This record gives sequence, structure tokens and C-alpha cells, in this order.
Amino acid sequence: MSGTPLLSLAIWVPILAGFVVLATGSDRNAPLARMLSLIGALAGLLVTLPLYTGFDLQTAAMQFVEFKSWIPRFNVNYHLGVDGISMPFVILNSFITVTVVLAGWQVIGNKVAQYNAGFLIMSGLLNGIFSALDGVLFYVFFEASLIPLYLIIGVWGGPNRVYAAFKFFLFTLFGSLLFLIALLYLFVTSGGSFSILDWQQMPIGLSAQTWLFLAFLVAFAVKVPMWPVHTWLPDAHVEAPTGGSIVLAAIALKLGAYGFLRFSLPIAPDASHELSGLVIGLSLIAIIYIGFVALVQDDMKKLVAYSSIAHMGFVTLGFFMFSAMGVEGALVQMISHGFVSGAMFFSIGVMYDRAHSRQIADYGGVVNTMPKFAAFFMLFAMANAGLPATSGFVGEFMVILAAVDHSFWVAFAAASTMIVGAAYTLWMYKRVVFGAVANHHVAELTDINAREFLIFVLFAVGALGMGLYPQPFTEVMHSSVNELLRHVALSKIQ
Amino acid sequence: MEMQKLYLLVPLAPLVGALIAGLFCRVLPRWIAHTVTSGGVAIALIASCLIFKDVMAGNTYNGPVYQWLTSGDYRFEVGFLIDQLTVTMMLVVTSVSLMVHIYTIGYMQDDPGYNRFFSYIALFTFSMLMLVMSNNFMQLFFGWEAVGLVSYLLIGFWYTRPTAIFANLKAFLVNRVGDFGFILGIGLVLAHFGTLDYVAVFAKAPALAASTTLPLFGEGPGVALMTAICILLFIGAMGKSAQVPLHVWLPDSMEGPTPISALIHAATMVTAGIFMVARMSPLFELSDTALSFVIVIGAITALFMGFLGIIQNDIKRVVAYSTLSQLGYMTVALGASAYSVAIFHLMTHAFFKALLFLGAGSVIIGMHHDQDIRNMGGLRKYMPITWLTSLIGSLALIGTPFFAGFYSKDSIIEAVALSHIPGAGFAYFAVMAGVFVTAFYSFRMYFLVFHGPERFGKPAHHDPHAAHAKPAQPAAHADHSAHGHDDLHADDTHAEHHGLAPGQKPHETPWVVTLPLIMLAIPSVIIGYIGVGPMLFGDYFKSAIFVNAEAHPVMEELAHHFHGAFAMATHAATSPVFWLAFLGVALAWFLYLKRPDIPEAIKARSGFLYTLLDNKYYFDKFNEVFFAGGARLLGRGLWKGGDAGLIDGIIVNGATHLVGWFATLARLFQTGHIYHYAFTMIIGVFVLMTLWVTRA
Repeated sequence: MSGTPLLSLAIWVPILAGFVVLATGSDRNAPLARMLSLIGALAGLLVTLPLYTGFDLQTAAMQFVEFKSWIPRFNVNYHLGVDGISMPFVILNSFITVTVVLAGWQVIGNKVAQYNAGFLIMSGLLNGIFSALDGVLFYVFFEASLIPLYLIIGVWGGPNRVYAAFKFFLFTLFGSLLFLIALLYLFVTSGGSFSILDWQQMPIGLSAQTWLFLAFLVAFAVKVPMWPVHTWLPDAHVEAPTGGSIVLAAIALKLGAYGFLRFSLPIAPDASHELSGLVIGLSLIAIIYIGFVALVQDDMKKLVAYSSIAHMGFVTLGFFMFSAMGVEGALVQMISHGFVSGAMFFSIGVMYDRAHSRQIADYGGVVNTMPKFAAFFMLFAMANAGLPATSGFVGEFMVILAAVDHSFWVAFAAASTMIVGAAYTLWMYKRVVFGAVANHHVAELTDINAREFLIFVLFAVGALGMGLYPQPFTEVMHSSVNELLRHVALSKIQ
Repeated sequence: MEMQKLYLLVPLAPLVGALIAGLFCRVLPRWIAHTVTSGGVAIALIASCLIFKDVMAGNTYNGPVYQWLTSGDYRFEVGFLIDQLTVTMMLVVTSVSLMVHIYTIGYMQDDPGYNRFFSYIALFTFSMLMLVMSNNFMQLFFGWEAVGLVSYLLIGFWYTRPTAIFANLKAFLVNRVGDFGFILGIGLVLAHFGTLDYVAVFAKAPALAASTTLPLFGEGPGVALMTAICILLFIGAMGKSAQVPLHVWLPDSMEGPTPISALIHAATMVTAGIFMVARMSPLFELSDTALSFVIVIGAITALFMGFLGIIQNDIKRVVAYSTLSQLGYMTVALGASAYSVAIFHLMTHAFFKALLFLGAGSVIIGMHHDQDIRNMGGLRKYMPITWLTSLIGSLALIGTPFFAGFYSKDSIIEAVALSHIPGAGFAYFAVMAGVFVTAFYSFRMYFLVFHGPERFGKPAHHDPHAAHAKPAQPAAHADHSAHGHDDLHADDTHAEHHGLAPGQKPHETPWVVTLPLIMLAIPSVIIGYIGVGPMLFGDYFKSAIFVNAEAHPVMEELAHHFHGAFAMATHAATSPVFWLAFLGVALAWFLYLKRPDIPEAIKARSGFLYTLLDNKYYFDKFNEVFFAGGARLLGRGLWKGGDAGLIDGIIVNGATHLVGWFATLARLFQTGHIYHYAFTMIIGVFVLMTLWVTRA
């Protein structure tokens, strides 16, 4: 931990790279733009790795802290730092950016520089969200990150992209407004501080906590998304290009969940306990209701989008049982979902690039023409269904076990995903991949090329590595999660 | 230290073989693929033998391999528990697996998926070994699901067949229903014991069992913790070991290639549930309710699945229903607290049932992939080794004295007779009746295949409806029996032709196929005689299996009646069990060799009963309509009604409409005429003044 401002690098290297890529201009320089984007993404990933290797497992305090005054008049500071909860997501995000740049390599031929720049800038902004310790800084990153994603869906998306982009933007903006009000309230009552860490320590009465909690809940529930504010997600996914879907599923959905841990639980612990039943109820609805909805989807992307919502239900469920295994299980589920849903959306993208359809009914017997693809897709389908030895299992297992400790019937409801999750994933797999060649489109499919193979390998290493040996992922969380739970157990009412 | 490396070698050797054969399946020559996988399993077998000697010398082991995960106060490890029970399972798994590997070289030789198949079965061997060698519930669940995955992949091995990919999805989902219970059981263990380590859990169990009840159903006395845990764990076993009503996947799993039907769906994977309950004997002993549940489920499976074997005409399905029925026997033994007997039957059954399946596979090769026993007959002339070994397998299955199955099955029946657990009376009736049924359907198949007139090579063969539908047969049955056969035609990657051409004769199979038959026939004869003394009445299992002898004295009483393996077999002639089996064989002989017209007549007259059996008690229909159809209906309802209708339709779009409506209203004020604005302003000032005045 020398003086290197690692977190600033994690934020600004990709953003800077994004602007450099943007400077290559029109599509005449597309090869250069691609190469620069890959270099930028790799550099962005490289600067985040010391965050893991240099991480101190013993402390729950913020690490790699940077502090500079930004707007002194309102006591707004450029205050960065990560703990065991946020650090994995900085690395995950930088990793996903690499895969996204690779995923669009041959596929995106239109406005290449702008497309890649969008992802690089977004990557930096997302890292900013995970490392900001100042409320205003957080809010700026939080809102700014919407813009690239909005543009990516709106410009490079499918036929109905404008509707989807607006729906996405309005939903999340609606949530953000309440969040802003909550931030301003906290600023005033804390006597002029925007420091998230100050807010966490500050005593607040129960009714104020409840209002704050509800404002946060709306803001974060939209992002997660939780039932019933989830309907923007399937539309956004369906219209988004493959890279957009990967980032949306792998990282953007995690922002809401992260917000619960950074704001809701520590700032309003009493209200969190008070209203935990509400969140658990909504989570169980997400798991069961959305599971059944996923079962009957005809569009593969919608199916995986709905399955994302169900998987995120496990995350919010894990948080609000206030046990170490529940919270860590939820965090593991978030990271795992980054690998698995990213890979699932990439798999669908691979098929879409060839056959230009996402409808399950248009496929059948893909294994006959794309055996290598079928093997990878099987792996990620199984991970999506939570098979042991894949990362998908670890989080679900931990959350279910934590739920049994909390209440048997909650666990009973959550564990139903073992059946429903397997049903919707494998039924889709059966209809798309297995069987005889269904039509001439499938007969003309070509198997994955070296670039696609590489991307699959990257995702597979993540999904299998985490499934076989999750300890390196969870050991960094222990101190921070234990401290968080200790803090949440104390009442703030005075 | 030396032994620990050996323990690790047992699962890893097949894994390495599986990885080599699997990752490079498209470039490796076939001989390398089968050599690395068979070699890996052979190494595992040799290592298991060494470990067996070591364990018999009294060296058991319990320790971690690596720490998988820690969270809060909980630690999850991957580790091994090596004791008498483990090593028995290791020997069974590796030896049957090796036989199946060798057999596969012959059976799959024309298949384009040759390397992939070897990769899968070696991966299965790895998973199964991890399951049995585990020292904790987490790893048990790992192995549990991993064998389920390989089973899924192998049932759907011929992935272009619609029936195969239906069957593998069904198998996975039904197993997941069991796993749903299983994981909740594991959760309860962790929540109340604070650990998933077997030894630690077993040590704490008696103290917790006495005091803990779970208020699961609101007010009232609550459910005893041990009852809840054991029943939930047993639901997992019901899925994997195909107990009613979660048995529905096993008959359909016959869509997979025959070698895996032998290895996975007869000898090893399906017995994982039996093994698990025996492993958990210290927990199950603490709940009589759970034991009653176990014995009743087992008895239902043993008897009613046997009935279904009688009317099957697909050679593999007859053996499949016999497997279901035998799994029921093992479960009954568990319920009667005769865990060692259940494991003993598991072992003998693994050998003779693998033999029967591989024999059936050999017949199928000989018949050029025709599986309908009505097209066979008189095969003993053409396939002498298959005939003799199948006869040995059948004799072992029905419990002929001195054969392996006799010792294990007779002991189960004796144990049930002595058990006082509620439900044991019904179970006794079921297993007794089951003896007759087993003998009848086994020898019905045996006689139809190997004896009697030669029915193969008929010109009409390629019209299945005409060939199969006997004059008096109900039409529905003709459709059904044609079903399995037509599906074979849908498969174009597999054998090109099915059944023998007119005039063609069956042929004996090559040595890679017959050698495993002979190798399996040997233990099918002798293993019972050797094993019964030490395993059931000696101290073979030592502390690996726990029985509360005061509450469930079955094994002790059984030991009083036991005077050596030889005496047990010679006394059999005086027991009704022997005569029931004899009667079954005799009736099969009479009905299918002597008077083949009688079964047809019975079939025609017993319309309702036959339809009930032919539809397998309507389990499949019910699941299809109620669960599969219901889930789709519910999903569609929630999607169209909830998401699209309520949330998007009314709330989201309603909100935008509300904004739109409000804007339209507001637009009325924006007329552009100054006098309108002035008028509005005056009204506004007036209202404000009024408010100000009234406030003051």
C-alpha cells in the first residue's frame, strides 16, 4: 500500500481510455479503436488487481482511501475507499469490461469507437460507484453511469430500443429522485456532512429511519430490480446489444444490492430490522413468481432476464436475514451472477449473431452444428440452475442454509428455486440445443471461433473456479461483513 | 500420510481420465480415450483394494482435503471419511465401473460419441466416489448433484432422440424435487448442529434429539427435530433411489445407452440414497416416525413397481422395474433398522443387476438393437455366454439359495418379520408378495428371450403395429409398444438398422462384452455366501453403522437364527420365501412356454387392471397435467396477468397516461390570450387574499 492512488486509477484509466478511443473518430479507424479499447480495458483490469493482492483481511475499515476536498462550500469531498464488500465488485466490473470489448469485436461494425468508448467510460463510472465514500460523489457516479448504458441501448439496440431505453431511464431516474431527497435530508440532519461513513455512525430516530429506508428501498429496488418494479429489465435486455446485456446483468444490477449494504442497513439499522419482513417477502415473490414467469418465456433473452430477477431475489433475501452466511452468500451470489448471467447473455448473443433470432422456437438441435458452443452453454446453464461445483451453487446454498436458520418456511419457499430454476433453464436448453436439426438456419450455423472460445473460457474460469474453491472470494468479505452485522445489530435510536 | 495420498488417488484417477477424454474428445483417437478412462478406473479399483486391506486392519480415517468455504461460525470442507461402509461402496463402484468401461468398448464401438461417452462414465465414477467418500453433508450434496448431472448427460446421450431428451430433463427435474427436500434437511442440520461434519453431527445428535422440536405448523407440540431432518433427507433419497412417488424418472432413463443403465441406473447411482440413509443411521435411529415413513415408502415401491415389470415388453424396462422393486427392498431394510442388510443387498444387487443389464445389452447387440422381448426367443442357442450369465443373474435376483441375492433378500425379509416399527406388517406382506412377483417377471423375460420358439427375423418386423399387436390386444397397447420402437428409428446417429432382417440369426457378442458378463457372474454367485456372515452378523461394519439395539433389536434377533451361510441356504427349502419364488418361476414357465395363449386371454379379460398397469398407475399422466401443465399455466398467468396486465398495463402505463391526462388539462390554460392569463391571475390573487384574511 504505497501511495499509489489505486482507486483513482481504477476509475480514471478506463474513462481516459474511453476518451482516447473516442478520438479515433469514424469507423475508418475501427481496427485501431478496437485495439485501443482492448488495451484500455486490460489496463483497467490490471490496475484493480493490486486491490486484491494488497488487501488487508484483518480490518473492516476502508482501505486504499483517498481524500481530497472537492466542493468545500458544501463539504463535498473526493473521498474513495473500498472494503471487503465493495472491492470484489471493482475487480469484477473491470473483468467484465474486458469480456464486453471482446464480445463486440466482430459484431459491432457501426460507430465502433463510440460503442467501445461508452463501455470504457461506464466501467470507470461503475468503479466510482463502488469506491465512493461521499454521498454526492456516489450520486454523481450513480446517475452518470446511466447515461452510457442508456445510449448503448438506444443507439446499438434492437428495433424497439427507444421504448426500452426510455423505460429503463425513467424507472431508474424515478428511484434516483427519492434517493437524492434522502441524501439531502441526511446532509442537513448530520449538520453538513456528505460522508457516508459519518451518516452510518449518526443517531437517527425511528420514523426518520423508516422514511429514509423507504426512499432507499425504492431507489435500490428499481436497480436490483425487485418485484414489482422489475418490468423494465426484460425490455431493456431484449433490446440491448450483447455487450449491453452483459454489463447490465453482471454489474448494473449489483448497484442496487450494493446500495442496500452501503446505505439502507448501516444508516437505518432499526428500520431495516423493522421492515425486513417486507424485503424478505418481496424477495420470495421475486424468487417464486418470477421463476414461473421465466418458465413460459418464448424469447431467450427475456427468459434469462427473468432468471436474473429471481437470482437477485436471493441477494436481497440474504441481506435481510442479518446473518454472516446470509450476507456473504448474497455477495457470493452477486459475483457469481456476474459470471453466469454474463455468460448466458453472451451465449444468446453468439446464437443471435448467426441466426438473428432470440426466439426459442426458431432453434432446435444446435448441438449438431455447434458442439463446442453447446458444451459451454451446458456449463453455464447448469451454473444458472445452481449445480454444485459451479459458482451458481455457492450463493444459493449459503442463502438457503442461512434461511433455514432464520425461518424454515422462508427457506422452503427459497429452495423451490432448485426445481423451478432447473426447469426453466434446462427446458430452454433442451428446446434450443438438443434434438435433431430443426431448420435450415440451424443447419447453417457455424461453431464458435477462437475469440468466442476465449470469452467462454474467461467466464468458465470464473464460474468453475468460484464453484470449486469459493474461499478466496469469501475470505476478503469476512471482516467487513462481521463489522456490518455488528453495526446493524446496534440501535441508532437515542 | 501415505494412505491419504492413496485416498486422493481414488477419485482423482478417474477424473483425470474423464478430463483428458472429455476436453480432447474431438481429436483423441478412440483407443486413447478408452485407455485413459478405463486405466483411471482400474487405478481407482486397485487403490480401493489396498485401502480395503488397510481398513480391515482397523485403520479408518476422517480428515479434510481442503477448506472450501468459511462463513460466520461455519466451516465447509472437502474431506474424506474412510471406514468399512465407505470402502465397501468404493469397491462396488470401482469394480462395476471398470466392468462397464470394458463392456462399453464393445457396446459403443459404432457410436460417433465414443470418446464423449467414456469421458462421462469416468466423470460419473469420480462423482460417485466423492459422494461415498465424503465426510460431510456439503460434499455429499456435491457428489449427489454431480452424479445427477452425469446421469442427465448420459440419459440424453443420443441427443437427437426426442424421447431421450425428454427423459433426461424429466430425470433431472424429478431428482431436483428430491434435492429440494435434501437441502432443507442439510439446512436444518447446520442450523441446529452448527456443523456439517458427519462425526460431529452424530456425536451431538442424541442430546439434541431428546430436547428439540420444531414449531413448523403453528401452535401445538411441534415436530421432533430428528423426524424433520430424517424425513427431509430421505426425500432426497427418494429422488435419487427412485422411491414412489419420485420413481417416475427411472424407467424413462432407459433411453440412455445400456452400459450406463447398468452402471448408473442399477448398480451405483440409484443406490446413493440407500447408502446415504445407512450413513445417517445414527440420525435415523433417533426417529421411529422417520423409520416408519421409510419402511412404508420402500414397501410400496418394492411391491407395486414389481407388478409393472410383469407387463413390460422392452427388455431394458423389465430390468428397470425390477431395479425399482429391489431398491424398494433395500429401503424396507433401512426402515427396519437393518442397515447392514440394506448395504449387503445393495452390494449383491449391484453385481447381479449390472450383470442382467449388461446381459440385456448383449442381447440387444445380438438382436441388432431390437429391444422387444416378443421378437426374441430361443436365443440360448446363438448366445451361449450371454444366456448362461443372464440365467445366473436371474437366479441371483429371485433369491435362489446359495446365490448372492438369496442371502441378502432373505435377510431383508427376516428382518422385516422381526421389526416392530409401525408399518412393518404391511412391509412384510409387500416383500413376501414381491418375491413371487420378482420370480415371475424375471423368468417371464428369461423364458421369452432365451427359450421357446424363435420369433426374430420375421418379414413383418418393420411394421411394428402389425408385428406387435396380437389379435386380442387392445389398440392402446399396440400404440404403446410401438412407441419405444419408433423412437429408435428417430435416432439416426445411432445404429442404422434395428432388429434382425428376415433369415438373419442373432450372434454372440465379442469378448469385451462377454468378459464383463463373466466377471460379474462370479460375484453374483459367491459374494452372498462369503459376505453374509461377516457383514450381517460379524463386526464387519464396526461403528460405521449405528443401530440402537434396545429400541430396534432386529439384527440381534436375526443373529440368533443364523447358523452359517451353508445352513441358511439349506434351510431355505422349508421357508415360504423359497416356495413363493419357485411358484413364480413355475408359473412363468407354464404361462410363457407351455401355454402362451393364456396370458393373452388374461390380458384381454382384465381390462381395467391391465390399463392401470400399462399406464403405470397414471403417475406420468398426473405429473404431466398437474405439475408440468400447472406450472406453465401459472407462469403464463403471472406473466400476462401480473407483469403485463397489472404492473405494466395499469401502474406503469397508467402513470404515463395520468401524466398525459394532466398535461392535456394543463394545456387548456395555455391559450396564448393575455386576457385569459390576466383573469386567472386575478382569481389567484383573490383566492390568496381570502386565505390570508381568513387566517388572520
